[in-house]
Amino acid sequence: MRYAMAVDTRKCVGCSDCVVACQTENNVPIGFCRDWVVEVTDGTYPNLEAEIRSERCNHCDNSPCVRCCPTGASHYAEGGVVLVTPEKCIGCGACIASCPYDARYPHPDGYVDKCTFCLENRVKKGLNPACVSVCPTKCMYFGDLDDPNSPVSKILKNRKYKTLIPEAGTNPQLYFLI
Amino acid sequence: MSVNKLSTEESYKSLDKIETDLLRPMTHHKGFELWILFLILIFIVGGYAYFIQLRDGLGVTAMRDYSSWGMYIGNFVFFVAASLIGMFISSVLGLLKIKWITPITRIAEMIALAFAMWAGIVIVIDMGRPDRLLNVFLHGRFQSPILWDVTVVSTYVAISLLLLLLPLIPDAAIIRRRLPNLPKWQMKIYDLLYLGWEARPEQYRIIKKAMRILAILIIPVALAIHTVTSWLFAATLRAGWDSAIFGPYFVSGAFVAGVAAVIIAMYFFRYNYKLSDYITDFHFNRMGQVLVLVSAIYIYFNLNEYFVPAYKMRTAEKLHLDEMFTGHWAILYWFTQIACLAIPSFLLIFKRMRRPFTMLWLSVLVLIGAWLKRFLIVVPVQQHPYLPIQNVPESFHHYIPTGIEITLTILPFAGVLLIITIIAKLFPVISVWEIAHEKGVDESIIK
Repeated sequence: MRYAMAVDTRKCVGCSDCVVACQTENNVPIGFCRDWVVEVTDGTYPNLEAEIRSERCNHCDNSPCVRCCPTGASHYAEGGVVLVTPEKCIGCGACIASCPYDARYPHPDGYVDKCTFCLENRVKKGLNPACVSVCPTKCMYFGDLDDPNSPVSKILKNRKYKTLIPEAGTNPQLYFLI
Repeated sequence: MSVNKLSTEESYKSLDKIETDLLRPMTHHKGFELWILFLILIFIVGGYAYFIQLRDGLGVTAMRDYSSWGMYIGNFVFFVAASLIGMFISSVLGLLKIKWITPITRIAEMIALAFAMWAGIVIVIDMGRPDRLLNVFLHGRFQSPILWDVTVVSTYVAISLLLLLLPLIPDAAIIRRRLPNLPKWQMKIYDLLYLGWEARPEQYRIIKKAMRILAILIIPVALAIHTVTSWLFAATLRAGWDSAIFGPYFVSGAFVAGVAAVIIAMYFFRYNYKLSDYITDFHFNRMGQVLVLVSAIYIYFNLNEYFVPAYKMRTAEKLHLDEMFTGHWAILYWFTQIACLAIPSFLLIFKRMRRPFTMLWLSVLVLIGAWLKRFLIVVPVQQHPYLPIQNVPESFHHYIPTGIEITLTILPFAGVLLIITIIAKLFPVISVWEIAHEKGVDESIIK
């Protein structure tokens, strides 16, 4: 099993509903977020191109954060999802520094927190992650890459996609449809 | 061992003078209480700041999503850097059989031990959950650079402590004989330390062999401590840290900071402890030359570290280097590189600048630069991630240390000074028996 997510940059309108849904679902402290929306513009006027992306942890196959964790608090869970065990985390910040996607943040309670793909609270119950289920344009797809019939497998078969910072060699599992 | 042996009568006379000179500061030290009081005051303020940080969490610092390592980590790198000097003076120069280091070794060891001990504490100050420190040992993973760091810092503290204590054995015996009227608790320390020293030939053989073994042993450990510290950064994928020369770059920079710290300490002890017969202009001249040498090596690594990526200017590096060379960090960067590194090391090439007073101020400048450089290595890189920073609170965009952070950065310095003060109060800052050896005093009477 390999959980992955695809975000359609052509359908995303940048409403940040995913951010709010995540903060509510996961009780993210005020001022922090586990996912966020960026708008990247390319070119100069009048030849401009804009891309809107809903970004979060890439749940990489080769995660620098899991590699550098001193206590094993950062670990690979079911389906390759990268999780942090808050009780084991000493808050050293090595994982925050090592993540090229800046997907992690220091929780005010002293541990490091990040996107979990809503593994425990939703996915294991057969639901989609909060951000996916709330998206008004249905621009996000979630599922098991090993299952050819999962929404994410189907969409990746039919569309062009990219990953972020592939040169970092982390093998990210968050795909952006272009 | 000694160049020209003195006769027994001359030996007694010479030893008596050395003992009187070097042990005097232990009993006569003006302003000692006031100085301790000042340090304790900093401790009280710092302790309160740490209490607030423990109570409210790391949110009281300016560390946020992007700059999650700030002043504390910069401070930690500086402390590790300054602690390397003990190994440099007593091992590298010692094993090369360079004679003039004898009166400086203990000063270097004191600085090394104090900084290394506090480096461990600085890292705890930075931790989000210091109460879970034990997890590093309970759930430790050897794949993590953090664990390597914990291992080598503690090993280095242990070896540095031994390297400081071992040469104190004969000195403790001398103190027991010369100053029997010291407080009881203080005498207990010497009773414990002198280990039945009677200046027998086989005792000399054992102590010299042990010191030699430690001097060799400490070299790989000291190199490891700062190399691993650099790997905390180099093992990540960030532009500006992702560099293959970070290990030697950090080690060479560490010697610059350490030599500057020793020169400042030499100046202080020379004038305050009235040791100008022992720490002479010649020693300052030599240390000035050493500072030029280590600075030249450091400048060489700086060129490699900054100008090779600057020649290529790949996307991510360009963002970072532009901010350093001409952008937000430019003033601090060029001040550090030119005013605190290039100019002092250039001036010290000339013999007339290698005088105690000018060297003191140039060393202060170098030491300030060394601290700022660590800050510049740690902080700006995190502000230039691969992906754009958008839609985040305003405070995530920049890093301006809060008052609590600054207080808790000053606190460890007070701690270092306190350790050095205590060691310098309990023991002579210059090794009595080694100086006596050098002057050709008969070995068997040094007890």
